[in-house]
Amino acid sequence: MRFSFGRLGAVLRKELREYRRSPFIIGTMALAPLVFLIEPLLTIFRLGPSIAASTVDKAVSGTFLVLLIAPALLPAVIAAYSVVGEREQGTLEPLLTTPLRREELLLGKALGVVVPAVGIAYILFAVIQVCARLFASNAAVVSALGQGPHIVAEILFAPLLASWSIWVGIGISTRASDVRVAQQLGTLSSIPPLAVVALVSFNVFTPTVTLAVVFALILLVADIMLFRFVAALFDRERLITGASARRAPRGAGDHIPPPGGVRRIPRLPGGDDGPRDP
Amino acid sequence: MAADTTTAARGEQPSGKPPALVVDHLTKRFGERTAFEDVSFSVAQGEVFGFLGPNGAGKTTTVRTLGTLIAPTSGSARVAGIPLTSDSGPEIRQRISIMPENPGLYRRLTVTENLELFAGLYQQRNAAARIGEALEAVNLTARARDLCGSLSKGLLQRVGLARALLNDPAVMFLDEPTSGLDPVATREVNDLINGLRQRGVTVFLTTHRLEEAERLCDRVAILNTTLRLVGRPDELRERLFSRSLVVETSTPLVAPDDVFNSSHGVESWRLEGTSSYLLNVADPRNVAPQVTRALVAAGADVVSISESRHSLEDVYLQLIDDDPEASQR
Repeated sequence: MRFSFGRLGAVLRKELREYRRSPFIIGTMALAPLVFLIEPLLTIFRLGPSIAASTVDKAVSGTFLVLLIAPALLPAVIAAYSVVGEREQGTLEPLLTTPLRREELLLGKALGVVVPAVGIAYILFAVIQVCARLFASNAAVVSALGQGPHIVAEILFAPLLASWSIWVGIGISTRASDVRVAQQLGTLSSIPPLAVVALVSFNVFTPTVTLAVVFALILLVADIMLFRFVAALFDRERLITGASARRAPRGAGDHIPPPGGVRRIPRLPGGDDGPRDP
Repeated sequence: MAADTTTAARGEQPSGKPPALVVDHLTKRFGERTAFEDVSFSVAQGEVFGFLGPNGAGKTTTVRTLGTLIAPTSGSARVAGIPLTSDSGPEIRQRISIMPENPGLYRRLTVTENLELFAGLYQQRNAAARIGEALEAVNLTARARDLCGSLSKGLLQRVGLARALLNDPAVMFLDEPTSGLDPVATREVNDLINGLRQRGVTVFLTTHRLEEAERLCDRVAILNTTLRLVGRPDELRERLFSRSLVVETSTPLVAPDDVFNSSHGVESWRLEGTSSYLLNVADPRNVAPQVTRALVAAGADVVSISESRHSLEDVYLQLIDDDPEASQR
């Protein structure tokens, strides 16, 4: 039975329906980056018209980096809940009794987190652009925020960073035995992207288009490898019973005994053993 | 039990039909612990097969193994005609359905939304119609738009059953479907299982409710890590217990030996209480009239004479009580 986008779509629809029924999940996802962005936004909006363009560029870049952190931070907790949460609420076993393949389940779960996370990141970016046009005192701020490389980087990095965070989170979720542990560990998934931002902030290296493309390619490869790694970590038996799986013997079922009537098994107290199926 | 006369009840197959389920020396171990060992049985198509055993006997693990959720340590099986191998999981799961003890429904979604998810996973072409049929089968059409979080446990079990019907399974595994239900809800679920039998669905039913198994199942198996007994409930009774008559008189008989030994077919007898007698007989229906005549001839006042019936519970307790492993669980 091959990979089915129909089954993947069914999982994705379910995830999005659950978000719709729990608006707080998405609401709190959007709230955290907004809080982080308040201070840098106020800073760039306060930049007077006489401030040099280089200073404006630096301040805008700082804001932009904070903005890029959002898609890495947003999905971590939800992704970490995705598998172990299903397990705790008793819905994982029924899912696994269907023909659903692990890749379909994991991709459906990941897309279910990517869509709102990237959506919120893009909306925040758009809101900042609009706010800059409305409130920025320095015209260079609007110009700096609207630069092509910034827009391309936002479009490119938001899903890649979110995917990184999501795969780490789902990977933790497939192995964790407790939701709280999974979610605590999940928050650590944003450390590598944060480290990159910190290095840029401390001028260890300067962001350039070339660096952005290289970093995007590295992230893309890392995301693909993480997906494969997480799929390999996904062990039905361990998730259901807590014990690791041993593969079913190949060729099992070749020897089929005929259906029988009453059959007596040894160790039955009193009476003789009945015929045993061949 | 009407089903006793069917070919399925005898574990035989109608001509040319392969069994729905064949299990051959199947064993599952988790490290040092053995969940079940050397289990072999087969289930005919359209049969309702009861799987009984004490807590920790390995019933749920057997269902999970046959449902391809966990891999067997050794042995083989064929589920819905497909060999159980490491690669055949999705194919088997497409042709069976499993209703775990906990229905595991998404409480924030409606009944229909829950079923839509599973119809999608089974890739049902006409999902809406299929969901409608499943809801109708469990008499839940009126609650289709209710959130699952607002339903009682009995209704949730019915939603779980509707979900198990979505893919028109060849074999349906029901793990303790009436666990925790009140008598009314239990009767409804039992009626549904009877309905499945009439539709020709093979049902593999694990349950603690022995009267339920006796009423619903064509055959039962009793598991306690190893399989202890497989057969029709009445056959199991006959194998484990000798047939007997219970005779009660208003006053003790003066010469019971003379009365009972003169009746052809009475193999032995013993006094139970002051004026009650238990007679071991080969054929209660033929012996009862002779014993009645002998009692009347001896001038006894007969209060009652009846066949002593052993329930499936007696069979179960006879097996389990004798098992030292069961008492340690």
